[in-house]
Amino acid sequence: MVATHLYAILLRLYPAAFRDEYGEEMHLVLRDRLSASSGLVALLVVWFDVITDTVQNAFRIHWDLLRQDMRYTMRTLARSPGFALTAVTVTALGIGANTAVFSIADHVFLRPLPFADGERLVKLWENVPRYTRLELSPANYRDWRSASTSFESMAAFHMQSVNLIGEGDPLRLNGWAVEAELFPILGVEPFLGRHFTTEDADEGAPETVVLSYGLWQGGFGGARDVVGRTIRLDDSMHTIIGVMPPDFFFPNRGGELWSIRRFVEDDFQDRDNNYLQALAKLRPDVTVDEARVEMDVITERLERDYPEENAETRATVVALRDEVTYRSRMLLIALVGASFCVLLIACTNLANLLLTRAIARRRELTVRTALGGGRKRLVRQLLTESLVLAATGGLLGIGLASAAVPLLSRLVPTRLPIGEVTALDLRVIAFALVLTAVTGLAFGVLPAMRGCHIDLGGLKEGARSGIGGRRGGLRAALVVAQVTASIVLLIASGLLVRALWQIQAVHPGFSAEGVLAVHTPLPMSKYAVTTRRAEFYDRVLTEVRATGGVLDAAYVSFLPMVMRGGIWPITVAGHQETSGTPETASLRFVTPRFFSTMDIPMWSGRDVGEGDTGEAPYVAVVSESFAERYWPEQDPLGQSFHVAFRDRLVVGVVADIRVRGLEGASEPQVYLPYRQVPDGGLVFYAPKELVVRVDPERDPRSLGPEIRGILRAEDAELPIAEMRTLDEIVREETAPRSTQIAVVGLFAGLSLLLSGIGIYGLLSFGVAQRRSELGVRIALGARTSNILAMVLREGAILALLGSVFGAVLGYGAGRAMEALLAGVRPGDLGTYTTAAGVFMTLAGSLLPALRATRVDPIQATRVE
Amino acid sequence: MNANALLPLPEATFHILLALADADRHGYAITQDIAARTGGKVKVGPGTLYRTIQRMLEQGLIQETRDRPPPEQDDDRRRYYRITPFGRSVVQADLARLTELVELARARGLEPVAEKV
Repeated sequence: MVATHLYAILLRLYPAAFRDEYGEEMHLVLRDRLSASSGLVALLVVWFDVITDTVQNAFRIHWDLLRQDMRYTMRTLARSPGFALTAVTVTALGIGANTAVFSIADHVFLRPLPFADGERLVKLWENVPRYTRLELSPANYRDWRSASTSFESMAAFHMQSVNLIGEGDPLRLNGWAVEAELFPILGVEPFLGRHFTTEDADEGAPETVVLSYGLWQGGFGGARDVVGRTIRLDDSMHTIIGVMPPDFFFPNRGGELWSIRRFVEDDFQDRDNNYLQALAKLRPDVTVDEARVEMDVITERLERDYPEENAETRATVVALRDEVTYRSRMLLIALVGASFCVLLIACTNLANLLLTRAIARRRELTVRTALGGGRKRLVRQLLTESLVLAATGGLLGIGLASAAVPLLSRLVPTRLPIGEVTALDLRVIAFALVLTAVTGLAFGVLPAMRGCHIDLGGLKEGARSGIGGRRGGLRAALVVAQVTASIVLLIASGLLVRALWQIQAVHPGFSAEGVLAVHTPLPMSKYAVTTRRAEFYDRVLTEVRATGGVLDAAYVSFLPMVMRGGIWPITVAGHQETSGTPETASLRFVTPRFFSTMDIPMWSGRDVGEGDTGEAPYVAVVSESFAERYWPEQDPLGQSFHVAFRDRLVVGVVADIRVRGLEGASEPQVYLPYRQVPDGGLVFYAPKELVVRVDPERDPRSLGPEIRGILRAEDAELPIAEMRTLDEIVREETAPRSTQIAVVGLFAGLSLLLSGIGIYGLLSFGVAQRRSELGVRIALGARTSNILAMVLREGAILALLGSVFGAVLGYGAGRAMEALLAGVRPGDLGTYTTAAGVFMTLAGSLLPALRATRVDPIQATRVE
Repeated sequence: MNANALLPLPEATFHILLALADADRHGYAITQDIAARTGGKVKVGPGTLYRTIQRMLEQGLIQETRDRPPPEQDDDRRRYYRITPFGRSVVQADLARLTELVELARARGLEPVAEKV
């Protein structure tokens, strides 16, 4: 008994058809052999033989069948190349779209960060009203670090861009000052040399730097002996101690060089000076939530200790992996959704094609069954066919995806400590293969099962083949699914396009056309003295303004949309604080004529002037929203407020600009004269951005060389890191969106095409199947147009049904991605009408094609 | 089908044809016969047996027979196989091929030596 059961299990390794045919006898053979042998050893020998015999032969029989089926498949496919081509193309598009999108989503969301115990890494931020992620002040950082027990270790870092001088042209480097603990927390070993130790942080220790792989290659030609070399950064000498590996990016993709951050007692004086970022590693047994609870306790205590500076200050603890903005996350999730729609359509299309084919081949299959071909054998044959089609399509799809991935790579948020996706890797290819196999099997099984429901009566002479009720129902359901998915995609891409238009229509508050922006990072060691800096600006601006084609020029601390921070608390005497809105403004130092250069309208008062020096009264130009908030229904001119350690007198009011970008709100703006700052004070805010308005007749970039020459002559050690037009900067605001829309739009187009193929296939197949019925109708006097109308009515009902489902689901999709819609409502009527219009146009274009499927009554009614 | 296209016969096929040369047999009897004739040197497991039988049926080397032994010796679950005339000619062709090979070797002074058991 046991032996029988055991052998039955082994027999399952054989193809079903073989098992059905010989299984019983094989049981008998085994029984005879077992009864002929006695003794444990003999029994073991028999079983050993039986097992090896089964494994070897099962494999060979499967292989033989596969070869047979493949040969058969190749022959049948070669006989209908149109079908084969369509099926392969459909699958390739579906698999390709999904593989490409998956490779990006996997990179951003799923894959572990490239650091040791990446899931235990968290970022810490101050959480104050309106800013959930504000940098830390050194004093708060120190207190958090010493009071908390949730973390194994913690390290602070902040941006510290430097100029590299003396290695060819001066270079502006995206540098970061970090504590020595940072690299051990990340657990990444240097590619060359070493990274920081605590000795590097000792006062008086020699200055050291670690290079990124990219900088090592680009700036130092990948020279092996670079470790130990001394380089000049701004005005001090630094020794290179190490080079990080090529796939190391921290804190974001731009990091080029790391130096050590040394804190002195002075750094801890001001609790409102927020500029540190903090990375910590959770203890293995502590969750993010537990760490949050502890940080709440700590920050509440600190608020009691420092009620002024730490009012309502809590901590934000967020996994490093989740440092993606909600919007970039949504952008990708929307893409994943769209690609699944394409796959769904591709699969239903494939299923439909296979089903159509199975039905068309019913006679052949019926004959084979009648001749004794087992039903299971036929299913296997049909499955082989769908798998061959899917596999070919899948391979093509992987090819498509590998071509598309570099294009999609700009959807990888640059804020994350990961690189771009450059190519498909094994993991993604495995995903594609699984997807292909599932497609081939899942959507091949259905038609195979249906196609094999064979009634031998179908062979009787004169038997009419028609779309049986159930089979027709399945095909119709597939078409409805296709229409639904394409309508969803049409609506989604329509909504996204509307949102893009909406955003592009937002006026940034300045006119970006014809403005060249040149980043001139003044090394503060040399330009710390305010008058020294002012002389530089004066000379440069005078010369630039005298250049042919230049209409105006000015200097400002930061460019809008490039630098979104630089926010300061504001105090206005007598102003009642309204809860919920923090009293803050974005602060910029400007030279005269900044507003005219940027074309920012001046509503009243005057521009900052050359006379606004450190000796004159301290003044400010404020934006309209600032004036309205603090002095509604009063003349803001002549009012005073406190910002950046000083009381300032309002001398002018200008229009608001979109500092934080086109989407979302920006703080009110405060502009201070570039000379009204003490020597060495607020160096971070020293104007470094040269903006030049160029004659609209000329390409702003054409002035690049001349401006470069002026700057070079003024200070040969000054790197000119970037030269961009403001136009480009504004366009970049919407670049990830445009990419996303291009992709979703492409998907929508594809799916329309695919469902068009599906509907056309269904209708023309319906006509072909009912040829004899239609022939009789025509012979009895029905007009061709009546017949056509009848066929079309069926198609129209399916399309309508799909459209209704699609509209409902499309609305759902719109609701889900509302954050991306920039105020466009998910039920936007215009979008729905357009989607319906596009769909109708496509459906209409099928008409002439259908008309061509003429039915000739004489042929159609002839006895087969 | 051309007999030569099937040559040389795989070992299992050859032995099954030999087993059926003098009598119709069912599956287990075939393996018994092979084991007895080769002194247990050639073992044909159930998988190999029926995989080979399936192919031989397709190739027309053997056929299932309706002639069955007397009821008292019969088990109606068993199937009996008989060599076809084509099967006979194929095994003969293979024998001719083997004989020719042996002749060729002899001409060069090589004699078959019985394997030590």
